[in-house]
Amino acid sequence: MHIIHKIRKKKYVSYIILMLIAFIQIYPLFWLLTFSLKSNLEIFGANPMALPEKFMISNYTNVLVNGNLIQYLLNSSFVTVVTIIFSNILSAMAAYAIARMKWRFKGSMLTFFLLGLMIPMQAILLPLFLMMKKTGAYNTHMALILPYTAFAIPMAIFIFVGFFQTIPKEMEESAFMDGANLFQIFRRIMLPLIKPAIATVSIFTFLACWNELMFAITFISKEEVKTLTVGIMGMVGMYATRWGELGAGLVVATLPTVIIYIFMSNEVEKSFTTGAVKG
Amino acid sequence: MDRILSNKKYIFLFVFPAFLLFVTTIMIPIAYSGYLSTLDWNGYSEKVFIGFENYKNLFADFPEGFTIGVKNSLLLALLSIFIQVPIALILAIVISKGLKGEKFFRTVYFIPVIISTTVIGQLWLKVYQPKYGVLNYLLSAIGLDNLKQSWLASTETALACVFFVCVWQYIGYHMLLLYSAIKSIPKTILEAARVDGASNLQIARHITIPLIKPMIKVCVTFALIGSLKTFDLIYVLTKGGPVHSTEVPTTIMYRVLLSENNYGLGSAMAIFIVIECLLFTVFIQRGFKAEAHTY
Repeated sequence: MHIIHKIRKKKYVSYIILMLIAFIQIYPLFWLLTFSLKSNLEIFGANPMALPEKFMISNYTNVLVNGNLIQYLLNSSFVTVVTIIFSNILSAMAAYAIARMKWRFKGSMLTFFLLGLMIPMQAILLPLFLMMKKTGAYNTHMALILPYTAFAIPMAIFIFVGFFQTIPKEMEESAFMDGANLFQIFRRIMLPLIKPAIATVSIFTFLACWNELMFAITFISKEEVKTLTVGIMGMVGMYATRWGELGAGLVVATLPTVIIYIFMSNEVEKSFTTGAVKG
Repeated sequence: MDRILSNKKYIFLFVFPAFLLFVTTIMIPIAYSGYLSTLDWNGYSEKVFIGFENYKNLFADFPEGFTIGVKNSLLLALLSIFIQVPIALILAIVISKGLKGEKFFRTVYFIPVIISTTVIGQLWLKVYQPKYGVLNYLLSAIGLDNLKQSWLASTETALACVFFVCVWQYIGYHMLLLYSAIKSIPKTILEAARVDGASNLQIARHITIPLIKPMIKVCVTFALIGSLKTFDLIYVLTKGGPVHSTEVPTTIMYRVLLSENNYGLGSAMAIFIVIECLLFTVFIQRGFKAEAHTY
């Protein structure tokens, strides 16, 4: 009896600690949601932790209409989607050649790409900035898409190579007997087989692009091409004393990732762990 | 079949696009950074070759604050390795035992990881805000009025506050990596230990932790490299201030490059960060010889 009692007590203690940490992890975000729905009067009133008295949906309509937030959302979506498509196609092709084709330098080629995993983005900020000023890519979406894709390639190739290596040779051979050429084999047979890897690469790339700040803030200054992170940094000055509107902007910027995560949490969690093990 | 798979033309067509983008966007620019770091150049003036002068300046603490920045980033790395990763490990061990709400805790701990650092930074600016922020409000609510501070504006508290957010944001990430490693340990091993009468603590110390050593190594590497590269959060929270107290190499580099147009010096900092990351990666790989387990 005594032992059971002790075990139960221990269990309570660990629950309390787990809940406490969960509270620390999630409360700031919950607080953001509450103040995004409050008026200035309430935010700067007596109790910052209280729930909103009246839900100020107008904070949201204000930033969406006056704050260019819709434009930023569209820009971020465009940059992210194109980057995901580019990085998947380029990396899957290169990984196929490295994992399945027969040539002398494939090992060295893989090592060369993997070097990219260790290179911090900061190291190429200035050269890219100068290049973009020169070529006129500055202030265009391409200025972000190209480096984002390039930085997604090393991890993507590694994940894809790992997947391709597990596919039995017979799959290709029988298709070849039926008269398919290499492109058809790649597109119709190999790509469908590596769908889980494509999901992993896409999730990784999505989070990296959607949240990137340094390149975006350096390569983009024109309002019409700004992505969410740059846009939010710009909004900060505009709404310095209006927390409600700024909060609404922050919530809108965060919503897509949180929704994706909640619906696909198993997939996302699997992706993060595959990425890490491979990297 | 073999003939097609060793066809040079096809191999070229498949590898070249990725190779071209990778080389032109990452490899050539890095080499160019290395070249720029040996110049005295502001983008408009004549380029003057000065060898390692820029690197010498860095170590002589010019621009002011650089050595503080390096120290800060190393301190952050230590905190991440010795506080963040251990907390993540304990959480992973506790929730992987299959208690109720396992999935709930996993999801909640992980949410800060997927949110943009820009948003996180803005949010914590508000939490730390002296007059209307939650932190000071909480302190006076529990009767600790004398602890109230202007957290990010004081040189004494700013660094700790910034680092707290850095560590906070990625605890869930390490927790998840370690959790999934623990889950891949075959149940029979743990059951056998339990039958032999091992306590939870003994199982963790003698079985779980040794078996997930490779993943711990991954976490330590990520924590270290991530700390050396930190930029977004500090840029949003303090931009390195007040009086350089929260500076890291990347915040100084950003300022030197883009506000002061000192391209040579900024490039030297960029190369310094690359070399730092490479050296430490090799260090960890050497110092942390963990053999992979197969079951």
